[in-house]
Amino acid sequence: MPIIQAFWAIIRRDLLLAFRRRAEMANPLFFFVLVVTLFPLAVGAQPNLLRAMAPGVIWVSALLAALLSLDSLFRSDFDDGSLEQMLLSPHALSVLVLGKIIAHWLVTGLPLLLVAPLLAVFLGLPEQAMGTLWLTLILATPLLSLIGAIGVALTVGLRRGGMLLSLLVLPLYVPVLIFASGAVDRAASGLPVDAQLNILTAMLLSALVLVPLPTAAALKMSVN
Amino acid sequence: MENSQHATLQVSELSCFRDERLLFSALDFSVNAGQVLLLEGANGSGKTSLLRILCGFREADAGQIYWCGNKISESSYFQDMAYVGHADGTKKELTVLENLNFALALGAPGKYSIEQALDKVMLAGFDDNPVHTLSAGQKRRLSLARLLITHNLLWILDEPFTSLDRQGIKLIESLIAAHIEQGGMAVLTSHHDLSMADLNLQRIHLQACQ
Repeated sequence: MPIIQAFWAIIRRDLLLAFRRRAEMANPLFFFVLVVTLFPLAVGAQPNLLRAMAPGVIWVSALLAALLSLDSLFRSDFDDGSLEQMLLSPHALSVLVLGKIIAHWLVTGLPLLLVAPLLAVFLGLPEQAMGTLWLTLILATPLLSLIGAIGVALTVGLRRGGMLLSLLVLPLYVPVLIFASGAVDRAASGLPVDAQLNILTAMLLSALVLVPLPTAAALKMSVN
Repeated sequence: MENSQHATLQVSELSCFRDERLLFSALDFSVNAGQVLLLEGANGSGKTSLLRILCGFREADAGQIYWCGNKISESSYFQDMAYVGHADGTKKELTVLENLNFALALGAPGKYSIEQALDKVMLAGFDDNPVHTLSAGQKRRLSLARLLITHNLLWILDEPFTSLDRQGIKLIESLIAAHIEQGGMAVLTSHHDLSMADLNLQRIHLQACQ
């Protein structure tokens, strides 16, 4: 099917572009590692405090790293006219947009997933919470890319949309932050986390369905 | 896909305002298969705005656009048209070939293969060059090569001759002429007068309204 071909072509192209711009793409990951490693230095030698803070520190850093990487989602396509060509494509824009969001997550979310356990050990997060940390990251980092996509699509046409983007997106990120870091916190104290994980799964699934359409509509408005 | 013999682009009563300023109003024209429409007018007279309305990027403030008798949103318009604007629509980090392959994935295959198209725009042998190493004129020819590899009847070209040398301009004119001969149509803006005498050419002169 041509539309599936187009979908894969978008993902392939964006991954290739990310590879060619790897220095730029590594920024959010670098930021994530930097923020988490600075905390022990600032807090001092208080292992208990660090262990208690670990879920929150890791999640806040992951969220800020995601926010930092959002603008790159549509910016270069908007600037060089590729976005216009995507709008003119006979394929549904929402499917193409979903491809772009997935590629964005593969480039910015997946690396966080790989580094986070290492940083969690570094902060002394109890071993029993490690699996939950991973699960929340797997569920919630794609959610951050999806929610952010609507905000970026709305602000990409503005010359200075950076501040507005954070204002639009941060309130929507807060529930994700609460449930994700809450789950890791509970797991660290040995409590069940099914409720939090279920809510995150539900949020991810609804975002997968609900995000592409308004994002495509917002992009059409921004190109105007 | 519409039969190219009967394809027409018809515009009726089109008006466009920009920042409270009237650019044009009650604009009527139609373009048939085998015709070229050249939009003329001073800077800021609304040529690009008109093209962007034809591409569906902007909503017209009044009026309708029809493709083969149907409103463009309800027809195969977006399968049958292609647009080359001020921005090239190519990725400078990707190679010529990667860019064209992606353009092909977004649309349907057209008359020429990528190899033939590169040959036609005199970029043969540049397949593996990243686009940022090309000159401005070569980039322009690359974005026009996109028209050749995808299926389309209507070309909408915004200043296709910018940054091209004399030879490049001749080349693009001959590509347009070949497209028209095969039953295609084109709408373009240009400050450069088309030098093709035997072309079925319409002109619309947009006057800047005060």
